Amino acid sequence: MNKSLLSAFAAGLIFGLGLLVSGMANPEKVLAFLDLFGNWDPSLALVMVGAIGVGLPFFYFAKGRDVTVLGKQIQMPSRRDIDRPLVVGSLLFGIGWGLAGFCPGPAVVATGAGEIKAIVFTAAMLAGMGLFALFNRPSTAGATS
Amino acid sequence: MTIDWTAFTPWSALAGGAMIGLASALLLVLNGRIAGISGILGGLISRTPGETGWRAAFAIGLLIGPTLWALFQALPPIRIEAGYPVLIAAGLLVGIGTRYGSGCTSGHGVCGLSRLSPRSLAATLIFMAGGFATVFVVRHLLGV
Repeated sequence: MNKSLLSAFAAGLIFGLGLLVSGMANPEKVLAFLDLFGNWDPSLALVMVGAIGVGLPFFYFAKGRDVTVLGKQIQMPSRRDIDRPLVVGSLLFGIGWGLAGFCPGPAVVATGAGEIKAIVFTAAMLAGMGLFALFNRPSTAGATS
Repeated sequence: MTIDWTAFTPWSALAGGAMIGLASALLLVLNGRIAGISGILGGLISRTPGETGWRAAFAIGLLIGPTLWALFQALPPIRIEAGYPVLIAAGLLVGIGTRYGSGCTSGHGVCGLSRLSPRSLAATLIFMAGGFATVFVVRHLLGV
């Protein structure tokens, strides 16, 4: 099997298991974090601390390099501007996140767990991405992630 | 604001977070790509030549995580309060918003902040604020 496919698969698997371990595949727990003015569960903040704490040295290491150990080109987003699509898109995403308690990663993991409501959410999310692709075909260059 | 100490799970949050960071690091140092879930799923839909294989492999890994977990122990609870109309509206907002804003909690939040990107910091602050405000309106103003 192709090494780069295997590494991408392993990364996806560890990512998904991390979401399960952290409790973030559970929208109830995510919403308890977003309920800043209610009975607040700060757990999500520590998930970010753990993830960034581990990620930081690797991203620093990758910054000065062009290719990976598997010989793949390192594609690091280069844009630094804060433009209208970034602001409006992030705001729309935040509203949707606050309504259901799902962001893309946990939605896929909960779909994998066979939750019917997660499957419905994920289908709507993919439809939204499809709509975006349909209307934004020429100017997607430079998108970061 | 009161902290819900009974719900707070600092150690599993840190451990799970570290696994997410490790997964993002692996994809970066082996594949040279950013582990942004919305970018990976959106990229599968718009089908960039040469980029479909690794994206599909990553998405399949993410999807089968719960099945692998369930072989060893019971899955943790996944409680989804929202009804179907709200889930559909929220899904559309998350799908369109993450693509228009070029990222989500993973791409901007984890990877973007790990590489100290001001653009990702702005995005993260905005979607967090949007999430806080939405839950405030839904739970404390509308009282749903």
